[in-house]
Amino acid sequence: MNEITNVSRRGFLQGVFSAGALVLSVKLVPQSLLAAETGAPGTVDQAAFHPSMWVGIEPDGTVIIVAHRSEMGSGSRTALPLVLADELDADWKRVRIEQAIGDKRYGSQDTDGSHSVRDFYQPMREAGATARLMLVRAAAKEWGVPESECETDLHTVVHKSSGKKADYGKLATAAAQVPVPSKDELKFKPKSAWRYVAKGSPSYDLDTICCGKAGYGMDAQAEGMLFAAVQHPPVLGSKVKSYDDKAPLQVKGVQQVIAIDGFKGAPAFQPLGGVAVVADNTWSAFEGRKKLNATWENSPHSVYNSDEYKKDLQKTARTAGKVSRIKGDVDAEFAKGGKILEADYYAPHLAHVSMEPPVALADVRGDKAVIWTSTQNPQAVQEVVGAQLGIPPENVTCNVALLGGGFGRKSKPDYVAEAAILSKKTGKPVKVTWSREDDIKFGYYHSVAAMYMKASLGADGMPTAWLHRSVFPPIGSTFAEGAQYGDAGELGMGWTDVPYQLANFRAEVGPAVNHVRIGWYRSVANIYHAFAVQSFTDELAHAAGKDPVEYRLALLGDARKITPKDTPGFPESPAGYEYDTARLRRVIELAAEQSGWGKKKLGKGRGLGIAAHRSFLTYVATVVEVEVNNQGEIKIPRVDTVLDAGLVVNPEQTRNQFEGAAVFGTSLARYGEITAKNGVIEQSNFNDYQIARMGDAPYHVNVRVLESDAPPAGVGEPGVPPFAPALCNAIFAATGKRVRELPLSKIDFSAA
Amino acid sequence: MLRLKVNGVERTFDGDSQMPLLWYLRDILGLTGTKYGCGMALCGSCTVHQNGKAVRACVVPMSKAAGSEIRTIEGLSSDGSHPVQKAWMKINVPQCGYCQPGQIMQAAALFSSNHHPTDAQIDEAMAGNLCRCGTYQRIRAAIKDAAGERA
Ligand code: FES
Ligand code: FES
Repeated sequence: MNEITNVSRRGFLQGVFSAGALVLSVKLVPQSLLAAETGAPGTVDQAAFHPSMWVGIEPDGTVIIVAHRSEMGSGSRTALPLVLADELDADWKRVRIEQAIGDKRYGSQDTDGSHSVRDFYQPMREAGATARLMLVRAAAKEWGVPESECETDLHTVVHKSSGKKADYGKLATAAAQVPVPSKDELKFKPKSAWRYVAKGSPSYDLDTICCGKAGYGMDAQAEGMLFAAVQHPPVLGSKVKSYDDKAPLQVKGVQQVIAIDGFKGAPAFQPLGGVAVVADNTWSAFEGRKKLNATWENSPHSVYNSDEYKKDLQKTARTAGKVSRIKGDVDAEFAKGGKILEADYYAPHLAHVSMEPPVALADVRGDKAVIWTSTQNPQAVQEVVGAQLGIPPENVTCNVALLGGGFGRKSKPDYVAEAAILSKKTGKPVKVTWSREDDIKFGYYHSVAAMYMKASLGADGMPTAWLHRSVFPPIGSTFAEGAQYGDAGELGMGWTDVPYQLANFRAEVGPAVNHVRIGWYRSVANIYHAFAVQSFTDELAHAAGKDPVEYRLALLGDARKITPKDTPGFPESPAGYEYDTARLRRVIELAAEQSGWGKKKLGKGRGLGIAAHRSFLTYVATVVEVEVNNQGEIKIPRVDTVLDAGLVVNPEQTRNQFEGAAVFGTSLARYGEITAKNGVIEQSNFNDYQIARMGDAPYHVNVRVLESDAPPAGVGEPGVPPFAPALCNAIFAATGKRVRELPLSKIDFSAA
Repeated sequence: MLRLKVNGVERTFDGDSQMPLLWYLRDILGLTGTKYGCGMALCGSCTVHQNGKAVRACVVPMSKAAGSEIRTIEGLSSDGSHPVQKAWMKINVPQCGYCQPGQIMQAAALFSSNHHPTDAQIDEAMAGNLCRCGTYQRIRAAIKDAAGERA
């Protein structure tokens, strides 16, 4: 770690240092970044053999595989290269992963929506099979034997009858001369020959992470860099009236005070504006910022008060809205009377709080910018930085570091734009670090939502009609001023895709005005929709006097695939991923069985609750066991989750994701709530915006990943939506108290 | 001029003595394994050892670090061979990994004073270390695994 390394020939620093600079210092370039070796533009392209932009093979046999999606813990940086390595028949120990810079050539790099493996499984297979075939052809030619007699065996081409063998490295140069085969020449391995796919591997970065050497955006450093903190407007859209530009300079280390313009029109990914303090270390920048004494103009959003806003949303949810899916006539059915249930559900704003807050390092020189950051979306970084600096996006090199969590926040590169603006103004590399307070007070919040539910039950206890109405400020409002209705994407997450077989059904959406930036958040609208639908389902089961598992299965009805053709208004799934009620049924049955549902003897104050939900094309059922004592304290001794995500490339990492989703779900269900007063966010750090700690997280989460030949679906997000309703249903079973509003910390569960 | 030892190396510091140790380690020494997560001793990301005890570097001013021996994740072992690190790898604990240097340093401190912690002791010792990715179950398993290896 302390040895001095000549890193100037390493491509990954191109641009951060001026061309040809000899960089000789661990201090300036921490080992962590060397270890990560992320963002090496062109290393694959420079390999002896590089049949595509995805893979290169060096004469020493090192296989370089490009990871073009961002790694934030969900595992795509390991999973996709595993797919390629498997088809290549490469030795995983000889694979080096190279993190791609932002580049349109890769297609979408926006790592959100849990679709990295779904979208790139096939391209990775093809890239691996292409390289393997070319290596085989190179060997066959060299040995003068038919290609059909050659095969591969772990990084080696083998000619069985003659016993000839050649390592991939030895063949790399010759393979580079072989014409690239067409797709229909490719042969894929049979499943029985898979080495890595569906078997998995620990994260590629496991060792460096455990040694503290993994390179996160927070760890990026450049020669002569400055450190900045930005004072953002306390209310969205307010402009700075005055500030003290002298006092911060009294703080040792502070160098400059620089104003940043606010956004124009809808905020999108533009900077919020405010005043930056630039210093020679992060702490001085934070300290200097405290001395700014800034005052702010009013903003139209100063009217935002969460208490009143909630009442407004709930009122709207009780008022007829826009119909987004309809079948039969719920009103006619309700008019018949009988047993009618109504309920109002509510879920507040949430903040992402990835452990690593937003952070970016920018080095702007002339009409070029080099960025080092934790981003889920490097191409958006190119665009936003380009627009802010008035240079073409291609002039922006975005190096992608490891992300210390993302959860959707880091798809939005407003913080990167800040660093670029400050680098341009100072003429030096600048790293902008958001404090935790910045992260919580100035986020792109998960939407607050009010949902109204109504159903009538027939003699058999099953619903004869179901109406629900969702009201939330939409994500669209961040991108288009005045957007007030959730769009098909948000409604397709748990609202219009309710899979119950119902004669009369109507889903509606009502309008809501945004007062903060609304953004994607791990599993997005599925969170509040699944909370309402899965809790209300439980309410109906209890009203009907039926077992909640049996009731759910009955609601699903016939095993069938649901498409918008037979069910108008139902969201369209990609081909091959149609909503399959049989798959949802199966995870419900297996989760119930695994949890001991109906068999287990539970003591006083204990209860089981179930919820099941498909999101990101993955079917998940979760059973939560809860214990509520007389003081109203909640413990979660056990969670059972069963998922069907189609083919799962890395089951071990997927289990880890779903264990984590239970904790993420615990955090939002128990504590998650962001509120505003006069437009100012009231929470600021982990003291008043809590997330689950070890002792209040579920003690044991049993995750079962079903084996499946169905095409791969998402794993990063789908574990989250069923958790909160399963927990709340368990609380009902344990205490008889129905939870219709989150978070739980505001509800008194002590025995009356 | 302050003096302290970081990972066995003598260091001097003549900056603002109120600067938290965290930023000295990260911005001045370039030891970026120690992470920032909250700055208020609420998350444990910045956990290091001061004279063998786990402390939150974000709230230890340099004036209080003076004269002490600091160990960071980079100094826990040169190659990841500390029993806690080995257990972390075996159990595949991390997701994003950002909190893990702090978790490992906290666990290593627990481990040095108690080779066979109970669940309650683990919960108590680790209560100050947040993991947003939710790896707590594996952290507990890894601590127990490390204890088993020692046994
Ligand atoms: S950064 Fe020190 S405890 Fe959070
Ligand atoms: S592994 Fe991501 S915060 Fe702990």
